[in-house]
Amino acid sequence: MKNWRNHLGLLLPMLVVIGFSLWPVITGNISTRESAFTILKAIALASSLNILLGYTGYVSFGHIVFYGFGGYIGLYFVNQQDWSIWAGMLVGGISAGILAFLLGKAILRLRGAYFALATIGINEAMKALFNNLDLFGGPIGMVLNFSVYKAYGGAAKALGMAFYIMAGLTIIALIISHLVRTSKFGLGLLAIREDEDAAEVMGVVAPDTKTWAYVLSAIIPGMVGVLFFFKNGNVEPHVAFPLHSSIELLVMVMLGGQGTVLGPILGAFAYQGMRGYFVTSEFFKDIQLSVSGVLLLLIVLFIPAGAVGWLRQKFPTLRRVLQ
Amino acid sequence: MQQISLLLTSLPDGILLGFVYGVAAMGLTLIWGVMDVINLSHGPIIALGMFGTFFLFIRSGINPYLGLIPIAIVGLLLGVVIYFVAVHRVINAPHLSSLLATFSVNMIIIGIGTAVVTTSPYNVDFNMGSFQLGSTTVLGTRLIAALIAILVTGGLYLFLFRTRPGKYIRAVTNNRSAAELMGIPSTRILALSFGLGTMLAAVSGALISTFFPFSILAGGSYELKSFVIGVLGGLGNPIGALFGGLILGVLEGAIPAFLETSWVPVIEFGLFVVILLVRPNGLFGAKQ
Amino acid sequence: MTSLLQVKGVSKFFGGLQALNDVTFELPEGQILGLIGPNGAGKTTLFNVINGVYPATEGQVIFKDQDVTEAKTYEMAKLGLARTHQIVKPLNELTVIENVVVGACFGRQGYSLRKATPVAEEVLNFVGIADRSDQLASSLNVAQKKRLEMARALAAQPHLLLLDEVLAGLNQSEIAEMVETVRKIRDKGITIIMIEHVMEAVMNVSDRMIVLNFGAQIAEGNPDEIRNNPRVIEAYLGDPKLAQKLMQKAQE
Repeated sequence: MKNWRNHLGLLLPMLVVIGFSLWPVITGNISTRESAFTILKAIALASSLNILLGYTGYVSFGHIVFYGFGGYIGLYFVNQQDWSIWAGMLVGGISAGILAFLLGKAILRLRGAYFALATIGINEAMKALFNNLDLFGGPIGMVLNFSVYKAYGGAAKALGMAFYIMAGLTIIALIISHLVRTSKFGLGLLAIREDEDAAEVMGVVAPDTKTWAYVLSAIIPGMVGVLFFFKNGNVEPHVAFPLHSSIELLVMVMLGGQGTVLGPILGAFAYQGMRGYFVTSEFFKDIQLSVSGVLLLLIVLFIPAGAVGWLRQKFPTLRRVLQ
Repeated sequence: MQQISLLLTSLPDGILLGFVYGVAAMGLTLIWGVMDVINLSHGPIIALGMFGTFFLFIRSGINPYLGLIPIAIVGLLLGVVIYFVAVHRVINAPHLSSLLATFSVNMIIIGIGTAVVTTSPYNVDFNMGSFQLGSTTVLGTRLIAALIAILVTGGLYLFLFRTRPGKYIRAVTNNRSAAELMGIPSTRILALSFGLGTMLAAVSGALISTFFPFSILAGGSYELKSFVIGVLGGLGNPIGALFGGLILGVLEGAIPAFLETSWVPVIEFGLFVVILLVRPNGLFGAKQ
Repeated sequence: MTSLLQVKGVSKFFGGLQALNDVTFELPEGQILGLIGPNGAGKTTLFNVINGVYPATEGQVIFKDQDVTEAKTYEMAKLGLARTHQIVKPLNELTVIENVVVGACFGRQGYSLRKATPVAEEVLNFVGIADRSDQLASSLNVAQKKRLEMARALAAQPHLLLLDEVLAGLNQSEIAEMVETVRKIRDKGITIIMIEHVMEAVMNVSDRMIVLNFGAQIAEGNPDEIRNNPRVIEAYLGDPKLAQKLMQKAQE
């Protein structure tokens, strides 16, 4: 019965996420639910990015492309073809995965900053492309028919349901992250992160392994995209492919600690919490972005391993819990 | 036939703009070449250059072209400060660190900028007349901006190839550890390069502001253009950036003759990714 | 199976520079082949060609009766080839045992994580760094890192092991230990090619030797024949100290 200890690392992340999911239920407050939704969404996206960034060591600046692409495709089927939100999310996730597979075959050959640049280029190209596709509404995007919500008992119920789906997606994202982290596949990723050439010499089939990591990191963002646009009631190119949000995801992963399951959760919470506080605070409101920038800079310069990485270094005994 | 005349009308403008874009990209690619850092604070600095012109010209009445001199000096100093505050500690760290460090500078500048000038658009109404070139009207401001861009490129070339610090910069670009072994003070050279890169960004912003409206967020799109140009001309090859800028300018001038303008970024960024894949050292080759 | 490895007329060019010139040899199973030569003779390049880091420009590499000239490094690993690097390449942020588990999981045997752990423990014991298991690889010293490289390679349970200067940078007693380890590996039935500059050690342990100079094979034979080969002594004359040592050894 040594096996359960391997999954101890999942315990803390799960507790945190379940806590966030129950928080609005307890308060019964819509605005709490909105905040919790934002945080859960950030956790799901950051954890997915972490599979590529933290485990594999590839810096994807344009990871939001999967959120936008999957979201667009899924919403199209929900809105124009009357598919259910479930089927829409499924098709959104799958199309994001397929996109990642095709892109991965091409751009994962690039290393370091060249890969990062390519991901930026792809996101911008995709944004511009959707701007031109009449099928998806061009620059105006798509507005959800109000009747779509009826199938779920009206708008209020549909939005409530969206929150629980979001919580479910976040939990799935964490389970994927944990299973990857503790698997042989994940060990191969870590080896690639540390030294890709040495990993290949030891037999890690890096090109395939990286591609699958890319696919895994793309599916959940695709599904989250569908859900978010469904909840929002519309989608437009610049809302679907915001480069700035993509970089914020990197910041979250870095803040919490890349390469750990718990890190992106703490990072997402800390970042969103901080933004929320600064935006509403009288004192910081006007220069909230600068304050965030200063904090980020201090962390990059002085605690590059992130919060969880730092704790792991300071307290090696905590390693099993802080995965 | 109609397309050809359209092409002839839009092409000269595209070429002139291309030179100015080239200057912005030169700054980015110089920094990349010397220290392998992609400077994500590039865009906001371009925007600062724009507002530099605005305040010097609108508020103090200084001629925008004369105003380039103080803007360049401030840009240089700002770059050196950014280097020592944000970049120096992470220069040997993994790429993510330097990317996020420069991105945090981006956030700081945009944050302060938003608080001071808001995000609404500004305009420097500066008129240098215009003249007819065949069927095209060429704006004087664009022609002058392009000429200044060529002058700046020439100046950079002379600096890099004829002066001692310039030769040091090229040596560090080539092989930093070897340059250090030969006694080149690499920290000072790195700081100087970052300063120069920032200066070029600020100058390009100042030039662009003479003919396009802008806001504190306007630098972002020029930063993205700089990535594209940098890759076209070869990352790390500042002179190649001028040619990259020309290619981009020509594309922006030519594509609308055949497709809707909204397809321009699709083609630009598509080309960018393809070149990264097939010719990562740029069309003209650069450092390995 | 006649030979485990056959290298047939292998040449390698880097641009205009010829790094290997028509290298041909066969390696029977169970031997230790010493590969020596002055700096820049092409020894590591030969390893890289055999290992699949880059393909030979001309010629063929046959491993276990398969043409592997164009094979990738990870394909070679699965076939049963493992190597260490001249400049060690530890997976820094992983622990010592995790490093070795990578070797066991992705090498010839392709163990599952669960089965790989005991294999890794055993190999760490064998190379003598078991007490470092839970440390980060980055915290090891050079001698320990060389042993780590070896442990990773062995954990794959390879048929052929390429050792690239595992003795360099070690002190006398460490060299003696390492030579003993290499012998023990051979006794397990693993065929070895070792690149080495520490001449006495490699002469001591090798069954056969090949000497490279400027990418060409200038001598082949057992250690005694190599010692007395005038072309070898000439090749090393650029390094008078070594040449002198060789001469002395030959006279003894």
